Amino acid sequence: MAIEITMPALSPTMEKGTLAKWLVKEGDTVESGDVIAEIETDKATMEVESIDDGTVAKILVAEGTDDVPVGELIAILAEEGEDVKDVDTSSSKPKAEKEEAPAPLPAPKEDPDQQETVFTGAATSSKDLRDPEVPEGTNMVKLTVREALRDAMAEEMRKDGDVFVMGEEVAEYQGAYKVTQGLLDEFGPERVIDTPITEHGFAGLGAGAAFTGLKPVIEFMTFNFAMQAIDHIINSAAKTRYMSGGLVQCPIVFRGPNGAASRVGAQHSQNYAAWYANVPGLKVIAPYDAADCKGLLKAAIQDPNPVVFLENELMYGESFEVPELDDYTLPIGKARIFREGADVTIVSYSITVGEALKAADMLAEEGINAEVIDLRTIRPLDLDTLIESVKKTNRCVIAEEGWPQCSVASDVSAQLMEQAFDWLDAPVTRVNSVDVPLPYANNLEKAAVVSAADIVKAAKAVCYAE
Amino acid sequence: MTTKKSTTKSGAPARRRTAKPQQYKASNDELLEFYEQMLMIRRFEEKAGQMYGMGLIGGFCHLYIGQEAVVVGIQSALKKGDSVITGYREHGHMIVSGTDPKAVMAELTGRSGGCSKGKGGSMHMFDPENGFYGGHGIVGAQVSLGTGLAFAAKYRKTDNVSVAYFGDGAANQGQVYESFNMARIWNLPVIYIIENNQYAMGTSVSRSSSEVELYRRGESFRIPGKQVDGMNVLEVRAAMDEAVKHCREGNGPFVLEMKTYRYRGHSMSDPAKYRSKEEVQKMRAEHDAIDQVKQRILDAGFKDEAELKELDKKVKAIIADAATFAQESPEPNLSELYTDVLA
Repeated sequence: MAIEITMPALSPTMEKGTLAKWLVKEGDTVESGDVIAEIETDKATMEVESIDDGTVAKILVAEGTDDVPVGELIAILAEEGEDVKDVDTSSSKPKAEKEEAPAPLPAPKEDPDQQETVFTGAATSSKDLRDPEVPEGTNMVKLTVREALRDAMAEEMRKDGDVFVMGEEVAEYQGAYKVTQGLLDEFGPERVIDTPITEHGFAGLGAGAAFTGLKPVIEFMTFNFAMQAIDHIINSAAKTRYMSGGLVQCPIVFRGPNGAASRVGAQHSQNYAAWYANVPGLKVIAPYDAADCKGLLKAAIQDPNPVVFLENELMYGESFEVPELDDYTLPIGKARIFREGADVTIVSYSITVGEALKAADMLAEEGINAEVIDLRTIRPLDLDTLIESVKKTNRCVIAEEGWPQCSVASDVSAQLMEQAFDWLDAPVTRVNSVDVPLPYANNLEKAAVVSAADIVKAAKAVCYAE
Repeated sequence: MTTKKSTTKSGAPARRRTAKPQQYKASNDELLEFYEQMLMIRRFEEKAGQMYGMGLIGGFCHLYIGQEAVVVGIQSALKKGDSVITGYREHGHMIVSGTDPKAVMAELTGRSGGCSKGKGGSMHMFDPENGFYGGHGIVGAQVSLGTGLAFAAKYRKTDNVSVAYFGDGAANQGQVYESFNMARIWNLPVIYIIENNQYAMGTSVSRSSSEVELYRRGESFRIPGKQVDGMNVLEVRAAMDEAVKHCREGNGPFVLEMKTYRYRGHSMSDPAKYRSKEEVQKMRAEHDAIDQVKQRILDAGFKDEAELKELDKKVKAIIADAATFAQESPEPNLSELYTDVLA
């Protein structure tokens, strides 16, 4: 059998090239690995090696020929033991088409069922998700957000030996913000691990451990420092399941305070919710009160996917009622209607839920009955709950401590416009932080972040009630 | 390919000295297995290069031709439960880990029969059952991840080790040193294999590295290192045996610098103008890993030229089957677009 040599593609984009030079002539013997020709592509001159042993029976494209299409027959080799003269070259006409190239992918739109899901990839159907029943008479305990988070980790660590906590100052120092207080005493240094200041390294180390099925809880002292580690959160943790066709898991939680604290300046005061929420393969949670922090952190640790869990330093010391239940776990991807109302929907998450609730009180005094929804999970987004609310109120304001462009608020606004347009009586309105790096001066910082007054103003505007 | 004296630029001795490289005493069967595995990688890669040329393989495609002795020698020293991770030049690592060449080749062609169902491609292949954890395209990322695999082995109180392969280029990434530091603090059982093929894409080690003796990169973390002739599979294996023993006994990480060479460009579209033809030719002619083992076999006399030719034919047939499978396997069903994003 003669061996056909075709014009090779030598870059991802090459369609044709110049056969610059033959380094063999008819009758030469070649071995696999011998350079037989030089080819100029759009980018460079490349050497072409033979991958077979044999004798050059026929050269079909002369050197110096321009625009030889990829896939065209350029030479024929006689195999060992085959007589060069017996090689039939007459039928082997140069072929221009890339016969062996794979057929182009059919466009996805051919499948209407799949088309539908394209635009809602980040959303989830929340209909089957429900907060657990809290039986009547359940004792409620007052816990700080800090204690609720600690309890969530401790409960999961008691249940599952594969769960460990790692980060800067999480063990002996008892947590830079005391969130991991007491964990070292209970679980020991093998499961509560102080790292060097090395975010990129320990985020990657955690992801690698999670590939084997361990369930790391990686604490960032703040999410501002996770910028050093974001490559592993996105490229290693979020994408590996997909890239491996489902063979490799990454059940990991990245947690820590996110957003502005108090007068710590621009580099320590950023909200990353929109950044992570942009990434398929991640779940992103940003709860507000202590019960949600506990129930959702437990759910995050139990979840087989990588979860980014965004806390808020200013909330750590705030106290809330938490139901005293064994294994109080909340569903990821389910928003919470914090306060029911009929006139306008105020959507928020994390610390800004507090401002939204204040705004609702202020609006009530003016006769506007606001519904307040806490997203709790940013990805997957509970659009169903939002749409149901907008069907009732016909107006929506989204309040978020974070910059306006490409924000969570922008996305919620776009999704409501696409999916609830017919129910809207006013433009969906975003209330975001001012579009500047966060300043240090007390008055400037206050002016930059979202306040209840900002939300009231926007709500009145969409109610045409100025 | 001789090992340089372990001294600093100022002439001071290195912090940790390891024994001089040894030659592993392979049995005839082992020698033949090394030969067959290296040949399998080379034929596979030649075929992959050809299929890339035919437009059957897309995107980036980084061939391992020339470096075969490294992965074959290293993997031969491992046992079940050990884990392996590398960068994007990984076809050979997959095959030697025990993955069917058909599944590897079909991944290159982006077909449903590929080991990642066609969703990973040349750079993203995984076989966790055989301890292979990818397949990572961000240069240096596998070093932190591989350190995490070692963490898991220690956390579970096994005596398994993790092998993290990376190149001379990745050796200049910051996270490599973050990982070295943690691995040594916690004495994690990780063996860092620096595949020094002497060019990070087009930049030679001497242009990119202030310390070109890469086996010494662990010294300031008190990690022992050894420089090895990576073209000699027996030296690779002997050095790996030493490193594995060190790790399994709980002594923490080890660095092995493999002096090796890739014959082809960095990727399929690299014309490799940064080095001379003579340099490549000299390596192929004088140091080729497969030729060296072949010569040993012939010298030992337990197989003759004709028998090795038969073996070559057998390997070629396996690769030909893989190539056929990779072209006949259908493209992934469109529904696969949406699967495996989340569990």
